[in-house]
Amino acid sequence: MTTSDSPHPASAPGEGTARIQLVDLAHARSGDKGDTANVGVIAYDPADYPLLRELLTVERVKAHFGPLVKGRVERFELPNLGALNFLLHGALGGGGTVSLMTDAQGKVFSTALLRMEVEIPVHVAKRARGRGRMPAGESW
Amino acid sequence: MSSHSNRDAPHTQPPPDVVRIGSGQGFWGDDLEAPVRQVEGGPLDYLMMDYLAEVTMSIMQKQRSRRPEAGFARDFPPLMERIFPTCLEKGVRVVTNAGGVNPLGCGEAVVEAARSAGMAGRARIGVVTGDDLMERLDDLLAQGHELRHMETGEPLAPVRDRVESANAYIGAVPIVEALRQGAHVVLTGRSTDTALTYGPLMHEFGWSRGDHDRLAQGVVAGHINECGAQASGGNALVDWWTMPSMESVGFPIVEARADGSFVVTKHPDTGGRVSRPVVTEQLLYEMGDPSEYITPDVVADFTGISLEEVGPDRVRVSGARGRAATDFLKVSIAYADGYKAVGTLVYAWPDAAAKARSAARILRARLDRLGLAFEEIRIELVGWDSTHGHLAGPPPADIPEVQLRVAVRAREAAPVERFTREIAPLVLTGPPSVTGFAGGRPRVQEIMAYWPALIRKEAVEPNLDVRILEV
Repeated sequence: MTTSDSPHPASAPGEGTARIQLVDLAHARSGDKGDTANVGVIAYDPADYPLLRELLTVERVKAHFGPLVKGRVERFELPNLGALNFLLHGALGGGGTVSLMTDAQGKVFSTALLRMEVEIPVHVAKRARGRGRMPAGESW
Repeated sequence: MSSHSNRDAPHTQPPPDVVRIGSGQGFWGDDLEAPVRQVEGGPLDYLMMDYLAEVTMSIMQKQRSRRPEAGFARDFPPLMERIFPTCLEKGVRVVTNAGGVNPLGCGEAVVEAARSAGMAGRARIGVVTGDDLMERLDDLLAQGHELRHMETGEPLAPVRDRVESANAYIGAVPIVEALRQGAHVVLTGRSTDTALTYGPLMHEFGWSRGDHDRLAQGVVAGHINECGAQASGGNALVDWWTMPSMESVGFPIVEARADGSFVVTKHPDTGGRVSRPVVTEQLLYEMGDPSEYITPDVVADFTGISLEEVGPDRVRVSGARGRAATDFLKVSIAYADGYKAVGTLVYAWPDAAAKARSAARILRARLDRLGLAFEEIRIELVGWDSTHGHLAGPPPADIPEVQLRVAVRAREAAPVERFTREIAPLVLTGPPSVTGFAGGRPRVQEIMAYWPALIRKEAVEPNLDVRILEV
């Protein structure tokens, strides 16, 4: 975990920030409607919803996906579920049976979004770190 | 729990306290044992089974054009032969869209299956028709129903000749009518997935289209049930490595009350998990604007939903709000839109990714030299970038193996057919350490594109019909 001194609205006074991957802060599910993929992002800890809302702006998500999303990105808020829902237009190579993609139905756009690196307050990063990954030594 | 001894006249009795609706199939091809576990594993009042996805109707239409008695989920009648006696004995009624583009044909096959199971004279099948617009399509267009594409706004007329199937997504009203007439099995064509759950709730609790908030709760219950085990631990990302006994996963069961509130659960001694995070994942699946979930019977708002864990594998759902439905139904149209094929080869260490990329370059050059006209050529390296694209970063230098996957699409079949003959030669005329061509030449597939449109309800709803078939 790297730290920096840049101020952060959700930080305690004087607290630094740390970089982690979104996969440790939230889980997600994605699906399709035609050529549009949707990604629902859910905070593991509902207390982190405001942080998610601040981090995952439409611009940030659009930039993260880059050429994978040809059209616009829309965001909808579900504070009741500690979740955000994103619509990624033009993401599925035409969608349905037209698409030549392995992931023609957008099933793993969820974890593609969770690859995003985010800068968050140190105390949140300490709590979240490793949350979204299978622990080492775990059998499956 | 009420008893349901008098199915023909349920409204002469007070409504039950709780109605249990279990999910038995999340798509055509889902776990064949799941419906059996649902009806045998504990108390249940209804088994709902969703068989239809966007492309399924066109597949069924093709099957029916070859064999007039086909065109439905052919797994369904043998399944009913297996579970019908138990359903009848326990009072479990089945509601499903297995009818596809031939609900009456499906109904007749279920009657046969029920007779084979020794149930002659003991059961009724309710068949809902009228969603299929294929034979009315030219009349509808002539009457000014343009069936414009919901995303692009283009009118349907230019692709009319290539349309293979056209079905309106219908709501729960005919399902309620079939249940009122005492059907033990209700078979529909393209009813919405959610109506298969809230239809029985409307019937049991006497809800109407005007009961907006209760119906909205029913829609949420339907959204949870419609994908089978996705609401009870299947495909759940949250702590997936802790998910117990998925080999016998319990499919979700909604225990609903007359006020619309419900608990999601599953039968005891089944695998999987019903928890707040698991149910939340399913709530977000294929979600658009969560404040505007449009169905034929109500527009539901998911932004007020609250989830509460009220016991082991029990999540209480409340707070959905509803408002009046629109004047339109969505129409699912499938039309022929060219051809495609996918070819694959596997390259092994060392330099596996480089070898695969080199092979792709050679293949592209050969396709160019042949002058084949493709609308798209897509190259993926499975094991590296096929799912997350550039977000996966560069391939590890020592990547043990990758699968080269090349897909092409064209207006005509001929270039795609020629492409399928260009994969095997790479084994002896390209980079080394290549294997995995055991499957033979790739198959040319006809593409059925999806055309979503809207139509005014009055063009469809008067044609909806319920027919009762006696076993």
